[in-house]
Amino acid sequence: MRSKGIRAPWTLKLAALAGLAFLHVPMAAIILYAFTTETKSYQFPPPGLTLHWFAVAWERQDIWDALALSARVGTVATAIALVLGTLAAAAMQRSRFFGRETVTLLIILPIALPGIVTGIALRAAINLIDLPFSFWTIVIGHATFCVVVVYNNVLARLRRTSGSLIEASMDLGADGVQTFRYVVLPNIATALLAGGMLAFALSFDEVIVTTFTAGQQTTLPIWMLTELVRPRQRPVTNVVAVFVIAVTFVPILVAYYLTRGTETVSGSGK
Amino acid sequence: MTAASPATGSGVAGLRRGISTLLYRHSTLFLLLLLAPPLTWLGIVYLGSLLALLLQSFFYIDEFTGQVVREFSLRTYVELLTGAANLDIILRTVTMAATVTVAAAAIGFPIAYYMARYATGRTKALFYLGVMLPLWSSYLVRVYAWKLLLAREGVISWAFDKAYLGWFLDAVLALPVIGGSSLSVSYIGMFLVFTYIWLPFMILPIQAALERVPPSLIEASGDLGARPNETFRRVILPLALPGVVAGSIFTFSLTLGDYIIPYVIGTSRFFIGQAVYIHQGTAGNVPLAAAFSVVPIVIIGIYLAIARRLGAFDAL
Amino acid sequence: MAAAILFENVSRRFGTVRAVDNVSFEIADGEFFSMLGPSGSGKTTCLRLIAGFEEPGAGRLLIHGIDTAGVPPYERDVNTVFQDYALFPHMSVLDNVAYGLMVRKVPAAERHARADEMLDLVKLSGLGGRRPSALSGGQRQRVALARALINRPRVLLLDEPLGALDLKLREQMQVELKALQRKLGITFVYVTHDQQEALGMSDRLAVFNEGKIEQIGAPQDIYERPATAFVADFVGNSNLIGRAAAQRLAGLAGPLSVRPEKINFAADYSDVAPPVKAAGTVLEVQYLGATTRYEVELEAGAIVFMVRQNVTTGRAIGPRVGDRIELAWDPGAMLQVSGDDRG
Repeated sequence: MRSKGIRAPWTLKLAALAGLAFLHVPMAAIILYAFTTETKSYQFPPPGLTLHWFAVAWERQDIWDALALSARVGTVATAIALVLGTLAAAAMQRSRFFGRETVTLLIILPIALPGIVTGIALRAAINLIDLPFSFWTIVIGHATFCVVVVYNNVLARLRRTSGSLIEASMDLGADGVQTFRYVVLPNIATALLAGGMLAFALSFDEVIVTTFTAGQQTTLPIWMLTELVRPRQRPVTNVVAVFVIAVTFVPILVAYYLTRGTETVSGSGK
Repeated sequence: MTAASPATGSGVAGLRRGISTLLYRHSTLFLLLLLAPPLTWLGIVYLGSLLALLLQSFFYIDEFTGQVVREFSLRTYVELLTGAANLDIILRTVTMAATVTVAAAAIGFPIAYYMARYATGRTKALFYLGVMLPLWSSYLVRVYAWKLLLAREGVISWAFDKAYLGWFLDAVLALPVIGGSSLSVSYIGMFLVFTYIWLPFMILPIQAALERVPPSLIEASGDLGARPNETFRRVILPLALPGVVAGSIFTFSLTLGDYIIPYVIGTSRFFIGQAVYIHQGTAGNVPLAAAFSVVPIVIIGIYLAIARRLGAFDAL
Repeated sequence: MAAAILFENVSRRFGTVRAVDNVSFEIADGEFFSMLGPSGSGKTTCLRLIAGFEEPGAGRLLIHGIDTAGVPPYERDVNTVFQDYALFPHMSVLDNVAYGLMVRKVPAAERHARADEMLDLVKLSGLGGRRPSALSGGQRQRVALARALINRPRVLLLDEPLGALDLKLREQMQVELKALQRKLGITFVYVTHDQQEALGMSDRLAVFNEGKIEQIGAPQDIYERPATAFVADFVGNSNLIGRAAAQRLAGLAGPLSVRPEKINFAADYSDVAPPVKAAGTVLEVQYLGATTRYEVELEAGAIVFMVRQNVTTGRAIGPRVGDRIELAWDPGAMLQVSGDDRG
C-alpha cells in the first residue's frame, strides 16, 4: 500500500521513530554496561569505563564450557531442523491433500504454544519414559521448535520459485533426482542457509524449553539466567550479554541479506 | 521411449531413474515419503510429549508420601480450580497478557503503518531490520537489559531525576498494586519489559497486512470524497485488523506462558509460567504443574478460535 | 506411418471440472498444429497431457504410435516452450540451453558446442554468458526455444509462447517460428488464444471450447466454413442471422453466419452469382483507418456489421447514420451453423 510522494504526518513519523528507539535503547545500555567499573550495582551513568571485564570473562572456564555446549546443541539441532523442515516444506508446496491444515498446525504449534508448555511437555515425556538428561534431550527440544523456522523460509522460497521450472527440467530429460540436484537445490540454497542461521540463532538463545530438558547441564543462556537471578560478577554477565548480541546479530543480518529481493527471473514479469 | 534418454541405463543411474519414475507415477507415495520424517518427529516427540503432559495432569500427589500416584484422577484439577491462590495467579496472568497486547498494538501500529505506507528504500530496510533484530536476538539479554534500565540506581531513575521528575516516578511507584519499591520489582516494570520483548511480534503481522492493501484502494476512497481520517477508519483499519489479531495471538500467548520475566523482574506474586516452573521443580508436584500448563493451552485455544473467525490466519 | 500424436477418447478432470472431455484427434508428423480456444477450454491441458505433466483420467494418448501411459515427462521425446519461459534463473543462458544435454551426460565440450549452434539458430549468438535476468522478453523467449530444441525432439510443444511479447515482436516471431518449423521439419503443437496467430501459422488447427473440440481443419476451412456458432464467433467476426430472419431473407433454415467483409452495398456488388439483397437502416458508422465499419438494422429483423476497405484517398462519402441503404452478398457467403439461435 505504498503511497508514492506523500509525506507522512509528523506525528506518525515521530511515533514510528519513538517505537523503534524503544526497541533499541536497551541494547545500547547493555553494551555500555559491559565497560563499567562499578561492580556491585547497576549505577548509571557508570562511574568509569574499562576493558578489564572482557579479560576476566575470557579466563572463565565455566563460560567457555557453556558456550561450547550451546554451539554443539545449536549445530546438531539446526542440522535436524534443516532436513525435517525442508521435507515438510516440499510436501506442503507440492500438493493439496486431506489434513493439510492439520499438518501446518502441527509444524507451527511448537512456537505457537508458550515455551513453558513445550518445555514441561518434554519434561513430562522424559519423566514418563525415564530418559536420563543428556546432550540429546536438549537437542530434541531445540530441533522441535527450529523445524518451523526452516520450514517457513524454504516454503516461502518454493512459493516464489516458478513451478514450471521443475516441469521444464523434467521436460528436458532430467529425472526427479537430477531435477532436485540441478534446479531445486540451487534455487532454495540461500533460503536453506538463511533458515539454518535463524534456527541456530534461535537454539543458541533458547532458555525456557532448555531449563526443562537440560538437567544439570549448563548452556550459555542457562548460565546467564543463573547469573541474572543470583549475580556473582555482574560486569562479567554484561560482557557475555554483549557477546551473545554479537553472535546472534551476525546470522540474523546474513539471513536478511540472503532472503531479501530474491524474486526469480524465470518468468516474463507478467 | 526416446533414443536419447538412457531409460534403461544400468547401475546407479538406472536405479535412480527407476525410483524417480516410481515416485513420479505414484505421487501419493512420494508425498508420504516427504511427510514421514517431519510428521514422525513432531508426532512422536511433540504430540507425544503433549499427551504425556496431559496424562500427568490426571495423576495426583499422595498427601502422606508426597509421591506421584500414577492413576487417573481429577483430583489435581479440583485442587487447581478451587485454590484461591491459583485462581489469582491465572487472573493476574491473563490481565497482564491482555494489557501487554493492547499496549503492543498501540505502539506497534504506527511503526507498521509507517513501514507499510511511507517508508521506501533504505528507510524501509532500516525499519525492517530494526524490527527483525530484536525479534531474533537474545531474549535473555534483552530481559537483562531492562534489569539495568529499571534498577533503582539505573538509567530510568537517573533520567527522571535529571528532568526534575523524580517526584513523579516516586508517586507512580507509591500507587497500590502496580507500584513497588523500585521499577524492577513492580508490575509497571514487568509490563514494560513484556511489551518491549513481544513488540516485534505485533509489528510484523500488522505490517504484512497493511502491505497487502493496494494503494489504489486508498486513492479510490479519497476519490470518492472520504477525508484521510475517514479513509483510515473505514478502509485501512478494517483491512489491518486481521494483522492486529494475528499479532495479538503472539503477544497474548507469549505473555501467558512466560516465566523468565516475572522471575527476573517483578514481585514475589506468581504468574502461570512461574507456578508451572515451581510446581514441577522445587515443589515436585508435577501433576499440578501439568494441570497448570493446560490453562494457557485452553485460553489460547479459545483465543485462536476467535482469531480464526476474524481471518487472522491469512495475515500470518 | 503412425501419427505424431493421437488422442483416443481422452478425458481429464480436475475435481468436478472436466478440463478435457472425451477428446479424439490426431496430429500428423511434421505438421504445424494449433490448439485455439478461450482460457479454460482445455487446450493447455491437452498440451500438458502430451508433455506428460498430466495423465489422462480416461482414454489413450499415443506419441508416434506408443502408448504414453505411465511414461514420465523425462522419457518422452517431446519438449516444451513454457508460457513463462521457465528459464533457470541460477544458470547462464548457455547452461540453460545445454541443460537437456547435461542431464544426459553429454561431455561439456560437445554440449557447449551444440548449445552455441542452437543460440545461432535462434539468432542469439554471443549471449551465452549472460543470465536470463539480463535479457529482454523477446530474447528470453528465444532462449526457451533453443533450450527446448537442443534434444532434437520430434515434437515441440509451445504454450502461448508469444503471449507476453508486444504486438510488433509477436508478428515478427510468428514469421520466424513458422520458418523454423519448416527448416527443422518437426511437429509443432502450438497453444494460443489468439486467432490471428493460429490462422497465420498453422497447417491445421483445432478450436476448443469447454473441454471439447468444436472443429478441426485447415485455417481456411475453419474461417470460411465454421461448423458451429461458437467457431464462427470465436474465429474472426461474424454476423449471426436468426431463424426467422434467415427464412425471410433467403428462404433458408437458420441460423446463418455471414462474415462482415462479405457484405457489400448493393451498388458495389460484382460477383457472378445473383446476390441476396437486404434493405436496412444505418445505425452506426465507425471510421477505423484502413476500414470503415457499419452497423445496419435489416428490415428482415437482424442487426449486421459490415466492413469496407477505405481504398480511395480523400474523404469518401459513404452512407451516414439514419440513411436507408440496400446490402447484397453472395449466397455462398451464408453458412448454416449449429448452436444457439441468438437472431
